[in-house]
Amino acid sequence: MNLIVSAIGQGLLWAVLGIGLFLTFRILDFPDMTVEGTFPLGAATCAAAIANGMSPLMATLLATGVGALAGLVTALLYTKGKIPILLAGILVMTACYSINLRIMGRANVSLMGKITLFKLPFFAHLPMYFDSVFLGLIVVTLVTILMIYFLQTDLGQAFIATGDNDVMARSIGINTDNMQIMGLMLSNGLIGLGGALVAQNDGYADVNMGIGIIVIALASIIIGEVVFGELTLNQRLVAVTCGSILYRFVLLIVLQLGFSANDLNLISSIVLALCMMLPVFQKHLNLRHLLKRGLTHD
Amino acid sequence: MTKPLLEMKNIVTTVNTNTPEQKTILNHLNLTINEGDFITVLGSNGAGKSTLFNTIGGNLRVNGGKILLHGQDITQTSEEKRTQFLSRVFQDPKMGTAPRMTVAENLLLALHRGERRRLVPRRLNRELPRFKSLTASMHNGLDTRLKTPTENLSGGQRQALSFLMATLKRPELLLLDEHTAALDPKTSQQLMQLTDDRITTEKLTCLMITHQLEDALKYGNRLIVLHQGQIVYDIAGEAKAQLTAEELYQFFADTE
Ligand SMILES: Nc1ncnc2c1ncn2[C@@H]1O[C@H](COP(=O)(O)OP(=O)(O)OP(=O)(O)O)[C@@H](O)[C@H]1O
Ligand SMILES: [Mg+2]
Repeated sequence: MNLIVSAIGQGLLWAVLGIGLFLTFRILDFPDMTVEGTFPLGAATCAAAIANGMSPLMATLLATGVGALAGLVTALLYTKGKIPILLAGILVMTACYSINLRIMGRANVSLMGKITLFKLPFFAHLPMYFDSVFLGLIVVTLVTILMIYFLQTDLGQAFIATGDNDVMARSIGINTDNMQIMGLMLSNGLIGLGGALVAQNDGYADVNMGIGIIVIALASIIIGEVVFGELTLNQRLVAVTCGSILYRFVLLIVLQLGFSANDLNLISSIVLALCMMLPVFQKHLNLRHLLKRGLTHD
Repeated sequence: MTKPLLEMKNIVTTVNTNTPEQKTILNHLNLTINEGDFITVLGSNGAGKSTLFNTIGGNLRVNGGKILLHGQDITQTSEEKRTQFLSRVFQDPKMGTAPRMTVAENLLLALHRGERRRLVPRRLNRELPRFKSLTASMHNGLDTRLKTPTENLSGGQRQALSFLMATLKRPELLLLDEHTAALDPKTSQQLMQLTDDRITTEKLTCLMITHQLEDALKYGNRLIVLHQGQIVYDIAGEAKAQLTAEELYQFFADTE
């Protein structure tokens, strides 16, 4: 029971990353590698700020802002510096590693004994792991509602159009550079927020905690898409959160099978690769048909 | 009626500047577009017709010369700013619409052409009745597919939609770059007819590139021919109306 509650809590917290990546990966159609740097950047900023006595709420907001700044750098390298987006992201991600070490002053910072968002008096009477479920739910709901609102505004529609067809967007007067800058900042801001939340939940920030983040965030997007199929844009945002929770369940099962936490990155990659190859399998094997036949055994 | 809308003076457009592939495409080109002109543009492949449009639209910066709008210098005005007075339809049906957005959403985007996009609700439903009657006027089933992503439309429907989008908010200058070229003959003729109707009733100023000599003769009040980056033929009004296909063929045979 505890494990399941914990998985749901983790899924909710990590869903913020999925939603952030959705903005670049799905809407702008950008493979933005910055996230592997922004996630630990958010964690490091938040942990260092809390360790230095900042209130956890302010530290979390600061981490979000710093994440957005990292996104801004990638965006400027791409739009103004004309560096391909993949490389621009890798440059910032690599630079973030050093910056994170600077921010923390060492490879990791512990939050033992510090007040974090999860240890606010408000959560004190909740049973174990329910604090992350509760806080995750609040944050994810807030972020999802804000995103749904944003995407249905004139600005949001211009943002979507930029990702869909930038030639057309420019031809009707949309400043596509600005839209891409905004998207990368929003996305990395959310990733920074995710980093701050995960660091507070885990009780530490570590300079290496960004490795494989993009795979995990993508997994929540793609599991959501595979499970729920055709959806409207708003539903797809919610599906990311469901995908994120499902992904945690998959990990839970895998751990129960006897794999260790060190195997998680391997398993994440396998899960993601399988999900992404599903359409190919379906075409070649007619999987649905086989499944049906197998179940009805006529 | 004969007030100049857009003047291009001594325009030089070069691509790949400072590389071995440097190439001058528009070579000291002069063109005055008057208000109300419907100009058909002819010229062989590579003559520089699309480049002329990209130069007017601001996608390409000129290396020499001036562009004036109502007498005001807009040579340095950005592509986004120019969409306040200008709209275009591309040859490729894929270029003109956002594929994953619906027909109605695309129309709504075009309704705000050239405007600042704000953080205000988009109010799509308010515009739906108008979009419905507008698309119905195209007589190609677009009105029943307002909620369909444009990637699921036929090429003809997409071009009709692109054309609607370009004229939804009245442009001072409309640029059509072979916008019916990718369509089958029947659909192409239908869209040409609709184009002509709309341009004449709304009294739009328009430049239309085409490779169909018949269309170039049939439509518009003025015809220009581009050759090696210059306008080598410019005929308007009664003289254009009198022009025959034979004479035009002959002219092309001579310029080769
Ligand atoms: N960005 C560019 N870089 C290099 N060459 C270019 C570029 N744009 C155009 N050209 C070249 O300039 C010439 C004119 O091209 P343009 O597209 O304007 O011709 P066009 O008259 O529209 O031809 P078509 O009838 O085939 O559409 C061509 O030789 C083309 O290869
Ligand atoms: Mg062309």
